[in-house]
Amino acid sequence: MSMTWLKSAVAATAVVALFAGVAPAQAADGKLVVGFSQIGSESGWRAAETKTAKAEADKRGIDLKISDAQQKQENQIKAVRSFVAQGVDAIFIAPVVATGWDSVLKEAKEAKIPVVLLDRQIDTKDNSLYMTAVTSDTVHEGRVAGEWLAKKTSGKCAVVELQGTVGSSPAINRKKGFDEIVAKNPGMKIVRTQSGDFTRAKGKEVMESFIKAENGGKGICAVYAHNDDMAVGAIQAIKEAGLKPGSDILVVSIDGVPDIFKAMAEGTANATVELTPNMAGPAYDALIAYKKTGTLPAKWIQTESALFTPETAKAEYERRKDAY
Amino acid sequence: MSLSLSGSTRNLPQYGALVAVLLANWLLFPDFFSIRLQDGRLFGSLVDVMNRGAPVALLAIGMTMVIATRGVDLSVGAIMAISGAIAATMTQAGWGLSAVLAASLASGLLCGLWNGVLVAVLRIQPIIATLILMVAGRGIAQLVTEGQIVTFVSPDLAAIGSGSFLTVPMPVVLTVAMLGLTALLVRMTALGLMIESVGVNRLSSAYAGVNTPVILIAVYVWCGLCAAVAGLIVTADIRGADANNAGLWLELDAILAVVVGGTSLLGGRFGLLMSVVGAAILQAMNTGILLSGFKPEFNLIVKAAVLLVVLLAQSPALTTLLPRPRGAQPIKPHPVAPKRTTP
Repeated sequence: MSMTWLKSAVAATAVVALFAGVAPAQAADGKLVVGFSQIGSESGWRAAETKTAKAEADKRGIDLKISDAQQKQENQIKAVRSFVAQGVDAIFIAPVVATGWDSVLKEAKEAKIPVVLLDRQIDTKDNSLYMTAVTSDTVHEGRVAGEWLAKKTSGKCAVVELQGTVGSSPAINRKKGFDEIVAKNPGMKIVRTQSGDFTRAKGKEVMESFIKAENGGKGICAVYAHNDDMAVGAIQAIKEAGLKPGSDILVVSIDGVPDIFKAMAEGTANATVELTPNMAGPAYDALIAYKKTGTLPAKWIQTESALFTPETAKAEYERRKDAY
Repeated sequence: MSLSLSGSTRNLPQYGALVAVLLANWLLFPDFFSIRLQDGRLFGSLVDVMNRGAPVALLAIGMTMVIATRGVDLSVGAIMAISGAIAATMTQAGWGLSAVLAASLASGLLCGLWNGVLVAVLRIQPIIATLILMVAGRGIAQLVTEGQIVTFVSPDLAAIGSGSFLTVPMPVVLTVAMLGLTALLVRMTALGLMIESVGVNRLSSAYAGVNTPVILIAVYVWCGLCAAVAGLIVTADIRGADANNAGLWLELDAILAVVVGGTSLLGGRFGLLMSVVGAAILQAMNTGILLSGFKPEFNLIVKAAVLLVVLLAQSPALTTLLPRPRGAQPIKPHPVAPKRTTP
């Protein structure tokens, strides 16, 4: 008896949920409704991206619905289908993997809902399946870091490099961009390069070995880290070896997380190239322009890879510590 | 105190491997053995091997006894993340060092108790029982840190990772202390014998009067404590708790260290010191690879090749074929594995 009661209760809930799902999602006051399928919250940067997306939506009076996929593509596909069923005005996806999106994106296209990719690209033969992709150019980030170092050292520098996880695309691209600048400056050389797995602990351990291998650090002019966390670890290794990070060994890295701004304000780091967590902002602007005038944005909106140095570090730290 | 140093020929492959790896490092990097003082702390590549090897060595100490009972603890990496997350978060919130240490070590004991109860009382297979905490534990740590890297400013806590005692880096001091304490507990009492007997045959140990649930729970609790100390060290070292990465995959390194140290995964006889030597072999390899200037793509291949050689050197079937060092007794391989009755 109780089982049948339970069953009908479950069924009733499912029916209610179904109706709630199918009901048009357009806000009564004509607000734009955007569904955002986020990967998850695996890193501080990812959490900041979600937070910024919310703040930027509020600024523009957009109703943002976020679905956390917990690192699973099937959850993202489910979320997109549910957004299509709700009839949202646009769907944003931060794709967890590059492949396997064609069929669900076709469903969105048939429903005439524009799709914007955030932070990562996808592999597809049919580019018309999404309106635009907002991502940063990771090769360019490496270039910006390299150019800063070349200028700072007048093109003469023995660099040690802390790579990201072997085989990951940011590690490959950030190395490629930096190598381009090194190739242009005959006085610049990468004397050591190893993987620090994008973590503080490994960054510190690898830097300790580099210092020993290069004559107690005397042979090193700068350390280039593929992310700020490894740079923070390297700074500690440099300190513990009795050297001054920021002056004896220059520190340049990529990402722009709050802790590197703190280090720059303390004078222990020299430069960082920001990977902005504000991927949603440019996407909203493109969407609003499309809804108003029907103009399609370019297929790729490249976010700015801004360089930050110690002069503005204190203010930048204050500005971002709450976003992360 | 006999730390299984007796019968030293049995441990020849381990010591040989350690010496060989260290010599290889010296060939690749001539300054490998040079040590100097830096800010009152020993400084050099050999010191790095001991210092960086400390967390895995600590895990291996606890893991050795778990494996001796024919179990395994997959959750030690996650326990490291939990204890580190608690230490960093509490320090940031303004708690004093003693409260922070007590809470963080207590979290390790509690995690160990959970594993122990699952294995000893509910009789779940250890690999599955500890897998639960391996998965959930990292999530718990992420909940504590709210997914961020929690940094703290506390010279007292940082000293556990990068301080020193009589010029010796603190992680090495703590590892040696834990090794000494553990050896004292298991070798100066009948505890070690009981652990081995539970590992060889749980049922007959119980019939012989050994309180098997208590022994099993005790080894998992101790393993959790070792992991908590390791978690404190890595957190103090980087002055921050990285719940996503602290201790990630270190459970596998710890199991490897125990196996390289010659303790059988089938339980029974165990060697604590040898497991620490196993951890030192692993770290000597890691440090050597970093110093060598090989491309990072080769890291894992070099590691695997060296491990294969070390494990082959221990293989009973192969050692009979190899020439023995003078004076060493031949090692008799068991032609047929002794039959076991499992409870």
